[in-house]
Amino acid sequence: MSAEEFEPNIVAFLCNWCSYAGADLAGTSRTQYLPNVKIIRVMCSGRVNPLFLVNALQQGADGVLISGCHPGDCHYMEGNYYARRRYTLMHKLLEHVGVDPGRVNMSWVSASEGAKFKDVVEDTVTKAKEAGPMEQFRRRRINW
Amino acid sequence: MDNLNRRPRIGVYICHCGINIGSVVDVPGLVEYASRLPGVVVAREYTYMCSDPGQNLVKEDIKNEGLNRVIVASCSPRMHEPTFRKTLKEAGLNPYYLEMANIREQCSWVHPDKEQATHKARKLVEAAVVKAMLLEALEEKEVDVIPACLVIGAGIAGIQASLDIADAGFKVYLVEKTPSVGGRMAQLDKTFPTLDCSACILTPKMVDVANHPNIELMSYSQLESIEGYVGNFKATVRKKARFVNFNTCTGCGVCAENCRLAGRIPNEFDENIGMRGAIYLPFPQAVPAKYTIDPERCLQLTKGKCGKEGPACAAACGPGSIDFEQEDELVEIEIGTVIVATGYDVFDCTRKPEYGWEDIDNVMTGLEFERLVSASGPTGGHVILGRDKKGEGGYEPKKVAFIHCVGSRDKSVGNEYCSRVCCMYLAKQAHLVRDKLPDADIAVFYMDVRAFGKGFEEFYDRVRREGVRYIRGNPSEIYRTGEDHTVVIKVEDTLTGTPMEYEADLVVLGVGLEPRRDVREIIDLFKLSQSTDGFFMEAHPKLRPVDTASDGVYLAGCCQGPKDIPDTVAQAKGAASSALILMAYGKVKVEALVSVVSPDECRGCGFCMEVCPFGAIELVDQNRMGNIVQVAQVNEALCKGCGSCAAACLSGAIQPRSFKDEQILPQIAVLGVRI
Repeated sequence: MSAEEFEPNIVAFLCNWCSYAGADLAGTSRTQYLPNVKIIRVMCSGRVNPLFLVNALQQGADGVLISGCHPGDCHYMEGNYYARRRYTLMHKLLEHVGVDPGRVNMSWVSASEGAKFKDVVEDTVTKAKEAGPMEQFRRRRINW
Repeated sequence: MDNLNRRPRIGVYICHCGINIGSVVDVPGLVEYASRLPGVVVAREYTYMCSDPGQNLVKEDIKNEGLNRVIVASCSPRMHEPTFRKTLKEAGLNPYYLEMANIREQCSWVHPDKEQATHKARKLVEAAVVKAMLLEALEEKEVDVIPACLVIGAGIAGIQASLDIADAGFKVYLVEKTPSVGGRMAQLDKTFPTLDCSACILTPKMVDVANHPNIELMSYSQLESIEGYVGNFKATVRKKARFVNFNTCTGCGVCAENCRLAGRIPNEFDENIGMRGAIYLPFPQAVPAKYTIDPERCLQLTKGKCGKEGPACAAACGPGSIDFEQEDELVEIEIGTVIVATGYDVFDCTRKPEYGWEDIDNVMTGLEFERLVSASGPTGGHVILGRDKKGEGGYEPKKVAFIHCVGSRDKSVGNEYCSRVCCMYLAKQAHLVRDKLPDADIAVFYMDVRAFGKGFEEFYDRVRREGVRYIRGNPSEIYRTGEDHTVVIKVEDTLTGTPMEYEADLVVLGVGLEPRRDVREIIDLFKLSQSTDGFFMEAHPKLRPVDTASDGVYLAGCCQGPKDIPDTVAQAKGAASSALILMAYGKVKVEALVSVVSPDECRGCGFCMEVCPFGAIELVDQNRMGNIVQVAQVNEALCKGCGSCAAACLSGAIQPRSFKDEQILPQIAVLGVRI
């Protein structure tokens, strides 16, 4: 697979109140963005168990994204702070075991930032493209 | 109907949403794809799933095909999840057996490439199917609603909402930051387009809120903290010390006359163009009519000493109401609903230095002009400028200019929006000048005139016929020439293309409305979202204009966005009725999506307890084969289902319902695969 053809697949965890709403706003404003990012809705970015990131990379995702409310704006007061700490730790750990740090991303997107969501998607995809296909953790697909 | 132990029988419904989805995503292909997914027994398409026939399709299939899981692939769950939950419930299925795939906002509206959009839609539907298999039936519990409402801000919005709720027989706590109720409307002179005297229509309502048996007015108070959930909030209100005994003060005003600083402190109510003392009543019609000592200015309070003989106010006060020892009081209240009506601030003209508001005395904001022209204002309603400190001398302006859109529709200051009231208040002010100074030359510089409301166009027309010149052009600069009062406005008349320099001796800036500068305090208390313009964001811009993302918290007035008085009153009535719905019914459904502990897997470490932002988790004793061990327990009334606990749990013993690890991992498995 050549670098031009490679279209990375990205799993995103968006919090229900800010980032998922921001992605909805990108939709209602017809902001076009890359289709590489597939969204899983969680109530709060604090819900994202860091192992979800590893799991996504194992399943074959080339990049992951966590997005929550801006610091201080969390619907549950402090969930995004927990998410940030866990993310930082997991980011370092994954880098340590040889995963390209560009695969693991986190952003703050509020409910009014549809345009920013597009930018975050583009940024995440660009970084994952640079990192190339994720092959390190591959395991056989589990049939649910 | 109990579906717990039965194999999943899934129905997938793909919505065309008119052509919103159907024109991009290959819906028949998607139906065909979905029908082959494991567990799916029915897959259908329909033009509008949310319509009655669409919902009936689901209901029929639940009955005839024995469906026990339903997937609707349509718009965002933030839009129609409640709708379809209700559909399931009506068909006798637990509403939490629903899963939605967002193929409109996340596919057809954002990916123009049909193939890519369809492919992504397939993945999203598949992820929904694998999650649906593992969904559980959840029970919605009802809790009692405390029949009391907290209203924050006593401007016209807060006053109207309080009166409506109180008249319906419910308790209202009306908290106002400043010493008097009335808000911005009390500062206005006349209202457009009817030219009602603002004070005359407002003051009776101000008196009503103070006297209403169901309203507890907490003026000069601030909300300190709030906790709890819809129906059951606990709030702490700080009643700031007035240093005046509230019960014995008669409001006679002798104290203010005797204050050593009388007439030397700019009065905020008069937009700092009038003066007050350190002990003051913001304006004569203030409610409650009780005096307040400004702790930042009072000599006794700041320096510990006032004159040789001690505080003159205390000496003059007949009932002996002055009390310098008074302290702030914290009051705890319990309420079921909250209405936020905190209002707005006008645009800060120092951010537009080219208009010279800071340096030139006779360039003033629209709100300052309201105080100048108001009969209760510092000049008694006479349009007189340049008075000395004793209120003598001064001159009447002969040429008056009004400037539209100062701090609105202006990207350079970061305000892209229209403030909705400036066009009309400037027209009204131009009329007032014409009324009071019949010989004055009046010019209005505008970008567009937006006279959209009832009677607005007629009023604008009337003002023009009164000899007010409307000149289309956005001034680039305002500056003073020589020694006299003349101010020059540099502008291009964009209709004729002529640059001109208009000389005036009074310039009124039509300042726009902005979110309050202390808006952060309320955001931090309630976790409200802001729109791009900084005003509070409503739950839905069209269909839920007074609700917020926090249940039981409603918005009224300009804190949600600029609006005029009738719109504010209408919204306040809307917010009041929303709060009343909860309180009149007396019960509210609480979040079913709460966390649940599997006690056998819990190791009692308490990590979940530490991260829970709501204190909803506690450790309790459990008898495990004769050994007493501690395990986590969730208080379902306090839990909001954020799931932070689950991410902290080492053994996975605590999980938020409908977002359990076992429900999310299959989604990851589907979406993670590149093909």
